[in-house]
Amino acid sequence: MRKQFVKTLEKIVNNDNNVSLLLGDIGVFGFRKILKDYPERIFNIGIFEQATIGLSAGLSKIGMIPIMHTISPFMVERGLEQLKVDFGYQKLNGNFVSIGNSYDYAALGPTHHCPADVSLLSTIPNFQIVTPGNSKELDVLFNSEYNNGSPTYFRLGEYEHTQELDVKFGKANIVKKGNDATIICTGSMLDDVLYATENLDVTILYYSTIIPFDYKLLQDNFNSKVILCENFYEGTLNFIVNKALEGECYSLYNIGMKREFLKNYGKKEEHDVSLGLDKYSLRKKIEKICIK
Amino acid sequence: MKELIKKIVESAYLSKEGHIASSLSILDLLCVLYGEVLDLESIKNNLVDRDRFILSKGHASLGLYATLKHFGLLDFELNDFCKFHSILGGHPSDKIPYVESSTGSLGHGLPIGVGMALGYKIKDFKHNVYVIIGDGESNEGTIWESALLASHHNLNNLCCIMDHNRSGDRAVNIDNVIDKFKSFNWECIEVDGHNVEEIKSAINSETTKPKFVLANTIKGKGCDIMENKPEWHHKFPNDEEYLEIMKKLD
Repeated sequence: MRKQFVKTLEKIVNNDNNVSLLLGDIGVFGFRKILKDYPERIFNIGIFEQATIGLSAGLSKIGMIPIMHTISPFMVERGLEQLKVDFGYQKLNGNFVSIGNSYDYAALGPTHHCPADVSLLSTIPNFQIVTPGNSKELDVLFNSEYNNGSPTYFRLGEYEHTQELDVKFGKANIVKKGNDATIICTGSMLDDVLYATENLDVTILYYSTIIPFDYKLLQDNFNSKVILCENFYEGTLNFIVNKALEGECYSLYNIGMKREFLKNYGKKEEHDVSLGLDKYSLRKKIEKICIK
Repeated sequence: MKELIKKIVESAYLSKEGHIASSLSILDLLCVLYGEVLDLESIKNNLVDRDRFILSKGHASLGLYATLKHFGLLDFELNDFCKFHSILGGHPSDKIPYVESSTGSLGHGLPIGVGMALGYKIKDFKHNVYVIIGDGESNEGTIWESALLASHHNLNNLCCIMDHNRSGDRAVNIDNVIDKFKSFNWECIEVDGHNVEEIKSAINSETTKPKFVLANTIKGKGCDIMENKPEWHHKFPNDEEYLEIMKKLD
């Protein structure tokens, strides 16, 4: 997704003089062309996450379109109050593009993990959260929403799913229809969820936008078992699902990252196995729920 | 000036809210800015390229509201300050006409001002950005992140004024603040924050760098019973104190 983000941004920057990109000393090599071509508005701003968010608010207030880019925890967790006050409270136009979902950077340890980003940002009114699952989705969603008048968080990962879906901002996709359970799936987990359910009679709803949440699609397609497959902290979307299905009779099951600091390093795939989030573990978990 | 002070005290007395002492320490600064420095026509016409002012130490909102009212930029009544349906809260909101940014939590206004000034450079705008911060506020790391960013990007269209009323001294004394900003490559000028000519001259001076004006002020200036009394930081007068203050200001 990093490469696609560069491609997508290069086109936008070439065509829209109001766009300013602010790199937190991340992706500098990838963006070298536009850094060179547009030095007046494309910056490697440095490692100033909090001030960069405020600075972005200032740019937004004079009519520019700021795009801040760095690794998730430095943007969301260090800069949370700036995102809340400067952008959420004032409902400013601006884009926050992170790289590295949850524990994508497994080897770097918990300081560089950010499975809480969606949960934290979902508490800020006016914030939109977009979680593309592959490069094509990123291109579509970023192009349609980078200037939509609200603060928008784009959650970019190092891993992608391979499905070709016609994604639209604020709309979920029905990937599969069935009767035994409804699975809500986010981000790059989609391939593994499809593998895990290939012999199961389930509905899969894929959400590339978390907020605004497509309530209607879930309300029209839920059944007595709802399984959340989240590529962030498990249970992050419980509140939203409950709002969608308030008063309905259903059982909710959570599959996602446990709320604990990871003690090991290694590769993301190793952590998937350790956390029970690899495709084989997913199959066992989902099958168990479906036969209950 | 006395009328402005009376209005601030009256509003705080009626609402039982507000930071009077901080509002009074910046009042001369605000009056110089709105009376002598800012291009009010560009502001009134809501031009994108206009002079912009941010009160980063937002708790001094009563001082800002009184000044905006005095200069014909506020249609709302200060006596509604902090009432349930009032637009005039304890900290300024950008929903108030001519308030450039919501502030409250400290350390937010200056980075926003840096962004505006940087945007003005990108757009080749001709107006300037002014920000008032507090000395206590400069405990925040974002002040120093902003100081470094502003000089790196040569933002000589940015003027940061510190209301040095020494309210931060009870925690950390920010000594030699001029030296600190100088070391970040800012143009630095120290003034008596209640001397109109000194303030005006400092803010209007030409510079090739971002400008820092250290304004030495008196917290509670204009109300004897409050001046430099820390307990008045967030306190409203009782009936007796209110009558005493008003009598002295008559």
